[in-house]
Amino acid sequence: MVIREGDTIAAVATAPGECGIGIVRISGPEAIGIADRVFRSVSGRTLKELPGRRMNYGYIFSPDDGEKIDEVLVVAMKAPHTYTREDIVEVHCHGGNVAVRKILETVLSMGARLAQPGEFTKRAFLNGRIDLSQAEAVMDIISSKSEMGLKTAVSQLEGGLSKQLDGIKDKLLYIMSRIEASIDFPEHDIEEVTRDDLIQETRSAIHMVERLLSTSSTGKIVREGLSTAIIGKPNVGKSSLLNALLRENRAIVTEIPGTTRDVIEEYVNLRGVPLKLVDTAGIRQTDDLVESIGVEKTREYLESADLVLLMLDAGRPLSEEDRIIIDIIKGKRVIVLINKTDLEIRLEIDEIKKRFQERPVIYMSLAQGTGLDVLEDTIYKMVFSDEIRTGDAVMVTRVRHVDCLKRAKKSLSDAAAAMLNKLPVDLVSIDIKAALEALGEITGDNITEEIIDRIFHDFCIGK
Amino acid sequence: MEYHAGDYDVIVVGAGHAGCEAALASARLGCNTLVVTLNLDSVALMACNPAIGGTGKGHLVREIDALGGEMGLAIDKTFIQIKMLNTGKGPAVHSLRAQADKKEYQAVMKKTLEEQQNLDLKQDEVTEIIVEKGRCTGIKTKNGAVYSAKAVVLTTGVYLKGKIYIGDISYEGGPYGLFAANALSGSLEKAGLKLMRFKTGTPARVHRDSLDYSVMIEQKGDKDIVPFSFMNEFENLDREQVSCWLTYTNENTHRIVKENLLRSALYGGKITGIGTRYCPSIESKIMVFPDKTTHQLFIEPEGRDTCEMYVQGMSTSLPEDVQVQFYRSIKGLERVKIMRTAYAIEYDCIDPTQLKLSLECKEIEGLFCAGQINGSSGYEEAAAQGIMAGINAARKTRGQQPVILDRSEAYIGVLIDDLVTKGTQEPYRIMTSRAEYRLILRQDNADRRLTPKGYEIGLVTEERYTKFKDKLKKIQDEIQRLKDTIVPPSKQTNAFLRERESAEIKTGISLYELLKRPEIDYESLAALDPERPALPKAIGKQVETEIKYEGYIKKQLIQVEQFKKLEDKKLDPNLNYYDIKGLRLEAQEKLAKIKPTSVGQASRITGVSPADISVIMVYLEKKRRAESK
Repeated sequence: MVIREGDTIAAVATAPGECGIGIVRISGPEAIGIADRVFRSVSGRTLKELPGRRMNYGYIFSPDDGEKIDEVLVVAMKAPHTYTREDIVEVHCHGGNVAVRKILETVLSMGARLAQPGEFTKRAFLNGRIDLSQAEAVMDIISSKSEMGLKTAVSQLEGGLSKQLDGIKDKLLYIMSRIEASIDFPEHDIEEVTRDDLIQETRSAIHMVERLLSTSSTGKIVREGLSTAIIGKPNVGKSSLLNALLRENRAIVTEIPGTTRDVIEEYVNLRGVPLKLVDTAGIRQTDDLVESIGVEKTREYLESADLVLLMLDAGRPLSEEDRIIIDIIKGKRVIVLINKTDLEIRLEIDEIKKRFQERPVIYMSLAQGTGLDVLEDTIYKMVFSDEIRTGDAVMVTRVRHVDCLKRAKKSLSDAAAAMLNKLPVDLVSIDIKAALEALGEITGDNITEEIIDRIFHDFCIGK
Repeated sequence: MEYHAGDYDVIVVGAGHAGCEAALASARLGCNTLVVTLNLDSVALMACNPAIGGTGKGHLVREIDALGGEMGLAIDKTFIQIKMLNTGKGPAVHSLRAQADKKEYQAVMKKTLEEQQNLDLKQDEVTEIIVEKGRCTGIKTKNGAVYSAKAVVLTTGVYLKGKIYIGDISYEGGPYGLFAANALSGSLEKAGLKLMRFKTGTPARVHRDSLDYSVMIEQKGDKDIVPFSFMNEFENLDREQVSCWLTYTNENTHRIVKENLLRSALYGGKITGIGTRYCPSIESKIMVFPDKTTHQLFIEPEGRDTCEMYVQGMSTSLPEDVQVQFYRSIKGLERVKIMRTAYAIEYDCIDPTQLKLSLECKEIEGLFCAGQINGSSGYEEAAAQGIMAGINAARKTRGQQPVILDRSEAYIGVLIDDLVTKGTQEPYRIMTSRAEYRLILRQDNADRRLTPKGYEIGLVTEERYTKFKDKLKKIQDEIQRLKDTIVPPSKQTNAFLRERESAEIKTGISLYELLKRPEIDYESLAALDPERPALPKAIGKQVETEIKYEGYIKKQLIQVEQFKKLEDKKLDPNLNYYDIKGLRLEAQEKLAKIKPTSVGQASRITGVSPADISVIMVYLEKKRRAESK
């Protein structure tokens, strides 16, 4: 893959498929020039002559034979006040696959290059318009799987995360400056740095970091989805549950090619929480075939599950198989669903309650349609702690960020411990500096080789 | 009438602290060297504070000494008071500071220069540098002498177009009542160098017997004397130290200054030069910190055989009559007799971003600059640049690569990198906070960092190098011995630990582990260590530092590794930054001006943001991938 800096790129900005509008976006030094070669406005003037940031009505023509390709609205935006800080031209044409494709091809034939996925955002980052965490946020907005995910990503793009980090960084800079001043001017009567004051400030910074870290598990879920496995013996109602969830809330279906068979993941948007239902085909299969699910199969599902929905039949007593399954899911996050409560209860409810002391147990009757809303509530409460529910959308969503925050926390804890042990104050500055560097890596202030590798990796391969 | 006066390898212009180090380094490396000075009586003159060292500065002196320079040896011979500062803080910031007998210091340095092989001294004023086809080939003097040289080092201090200001009175002049040098600036500008105008000041000198010591606080030197030079051991030095005296300004003092502010050359607007924050005049201090009701002052003797005392903290450009008034308002100085009036001096210096890291001018080959001419302040800062310029000028004449110390190797590296990469808006003073890797750049390990290099260069003598290797071995052996010596959990041991509020032990523990505890120190540990060999104090201290701070030293070394990665990413100094799309215009301009030699250096240029650095790194990576195909 060759990256030629400074050339002009183009891509279709809208999703494929039939819809009303399609947009072809061009960015780079030749953007306006290229557009002018294929666009003719009804006013007769070129984009170069026309004022920027206005929608101009006209047509895209094929440069070879002068044929009209489509009726369009074109807007030119001049650098540096654009998304990428370069000249940008957007061609708004009719949606659908054909028109957009043709216009893109025409633009490419005039000298633009097809943009790599994420390349517009890469240019925005490299041209300093957004910092690294904001660039990642853009990626997240594009791939957000739920409204909550979108909200979080937008907040990060607006600098929500950066702002929180700035607050922490400011505190650390204050501590550093107190330490430096006391070291550099020992003879002058600068207020002696009080150890206690600095320990307080350091502890406060640790709290701020911990708060951000506490959002990370939720943040990860919000961004990637809560991987959920539905298990239970055949005929307990797994497919019915699946259908009930999906009927209301289906979001995305993804096919993942596998070794023995293809696995399907289906996303369900449960009040903002994306549930990633694992192997839904497998779930359906076992129900249909009235076959034992098998211990091995169960273990498979559970491997990467964040949440397990254990379904039990209220109308039958616990079977050997049930007991085996219950054993396997020890230690996992579990919600017990007792289905078919419309029937006569033969299940040993007390034993269940004892086995799952701390876990939620929900009674439902899918046949009658009861219990689903209780399930939704329960899942929502499980994922979102009180604070987050009240609308504070700053969450840490990426593993990379979590790593940096954990490193910062460790350094700050070392610093506080050093101060408590009355170690010399300039040693403490080493730890504070390490914390600042770790935080700087989140926004890209601190450029390391790793960050550069990431830029080559993230921005150029997939979204 | 001009005449050809001689040919030299290296000519040094000026014999101040920078000039002396440069001249000695060049001569000792075997180059035929000439040093020209306005006045042979002002060789190594301490025009301001009669002291060497202090925070940051002490580190520089140790480093100069470790490389084979002279300052440390000279001050060790001539100090009249010596103190280790910051002992209450960590070893990274312990700083040695000594008061000198000024006249003696000068005499010692002058004699060293006079007796140095390959070195000629001449009293004269250099009026021109000779530049042919972008190369400096010699100098011309007021007396009509023309000298040719393969390399020239300018160490003109504060003498270029020097102007003295005392209130509303001003006149041409250098520091300390000496002449200024008025001709050379014109020649430098003609050669294409961009000059700046800086100002610095000095306080009054007062008569020792006109002070009331009963109301001031006496400050004595250290009992245990630690020398500056690694060649000296002062365990039994029998030298009497003098005392300094601490007093304070008061509201009366401040009132007098404020009432007369308009008559201050600084505040009255007469001085155009930019002053310094780190050594501000008393009027700046009072105006910038209006809430402070007192400022500290130290009265310091200038020598054993003189009655002149230096008033540290009271530099000013107020007129003489006001000076008398406000000096007399201070406790202890009510009847003070001023012998030398305080003054401010304004002078020409060059924008140091015109220099390479070797201190050679980017646009004029063979011309090096060191010291206050580069916009620095302080004798130690000058000497540090001087020794590097001297070494590199000598190497230039032999076609060798220059020696560059980086920020993780020495404070000298920090100093030169700051000046050359960032430039400076005011006289630059070294401070420990400027160094990123303080724990590694300690003053006690300067020899470990730099003596091997000095030996390679050829400035470190066999004697010094052998002494160094011997010391190193002793340290390493002692650390090993402490690791191998186990102390049993006896009553005696635990009593010792209890006494120091340290956790008692139940199983055997090595002395090494014990020493890691913050409440235990090497000296007192002798009680549990009957087999300890007799070692010089310096070695004990080093051992202690290495062991106690091992963890943190490791942490810092990791940071250094990261730093070195960016320093090792080399940039072609002729890279056309205007060709790299994605760099902001400001960054392109700054990069084109400074021409950094590595990505690390580029990242330190003001006006170059992290995003710009990413662009450069992406550009380099892309180039590397293209070239490896």
